Amino acid sequence: MNPQGKTALITGGTRGIGRAIALEMTAHAENIALLYAGRKDAAEETVKLIEAKGAKALAVQCDVSDEQAVKTAVAQVKQAMGPISILINNAGITKDGLTLKMSGEDFKRVLAVNLAGAFHTIQACYRDLMKSGWGRVVNIGSVSGLMGNPGQANYAAAKAGLVGLTKTIARELAGRGVTANLVAPGFIDTDMTRDMPVGTLEAALHAVPMGRLGRAEEVAAAVSYLCSRGADYVTGCVLQVDGGMYM
Amino acid sequence: MESIMNKVAQALAERRGTDPSQIKAETKFSDLALDSLDVAELIMDLEDAFNVTIDITKVDGTVGDLVRVIQEAA
Repeated sequence: MNPQGKTALITGGTRGIGRAIALEMTAHAENIALLYAGRKDAAEETVKLIEAKGAKALAVQCDVSDEQAVKTAVAQVKQAMGPISILINNAGITKDGLTLKMSGEDFKRVLAVNLAGAFHTIQACYRDLMKSGWGRVVNIGSVSGLMGNPGQANYAAAKAGLVGLTKTIARELAGRGVTANLVAPGFIDTDMTRDMPVGTLEAALHAVPMGRLGRAEEVAAAVSYLCSRGADYVTGCVLQVDGGMYM
Repeated sequence: MESIMNKVAQALAERRGTDPSQIKAETKFSDLALDSLDVAELIMDLEDAFNVTIDITKVDGTVGDLVRVIQEAA
């Protein structure tokens, strides 16, 4: 797609997988907007990296679980960059713990950010997407949401919920040239996996046929494909980037 | 009011392949076999046609409803 004049919005777009996606999106959009939760330094660094690729960049601090905050942030992006035609929901948090020990608060907080957050941004961009005649929604799920994962009742439930959300948006907007798909990464080398105890990570890698962690750029490449014209007829799909972990 | 009604009736008639004169203020969207997604798409088109922002939550079930909301927004 000709990136001229197009705007892409990426949530959780300043670190890890989100940053890799944001940089990749410069091939599809002239304007790249990032919503970030709190790390201003990382946001500023990502803005510089995007600008170095020749795109315009804007980072807005926003807690995506806050519906009103999302509306305000999206309005700010639209005012600066015009209508949003590519939306990537990548913002996510973990609050792991065995179900027996998980607090209701931790369960709800993870759903609020990872699932309701995506709903909020989709709703805020819905009119733009519907009217543009061409648009892309890519939600970042997880293999946890497809196969479950001990200690991640909240995270897996939220990511599984994203699958249903993605397919619903795909159906609602199919007639308008807008696709909605989900990319489900497996174990990717990011801050999130770096926090895992070494033994746990090694054990987890036994479950990956390819026997290694994935790279953020490999996830971004899948997102990039789904945002390309070549994927015009691909909607409602779950694309795993997991080294064969779940099949 | 009259011209908004005419334009809305025209837009609906084009979508359904019917005669605009068959569409009245009291006509229900369901009578025209339009579901909520069809109505949302219609509203997006009318927003552009009238250059207004239509609050979709205020549009209930009839054509007259939609005309009233457009009129209020104009």
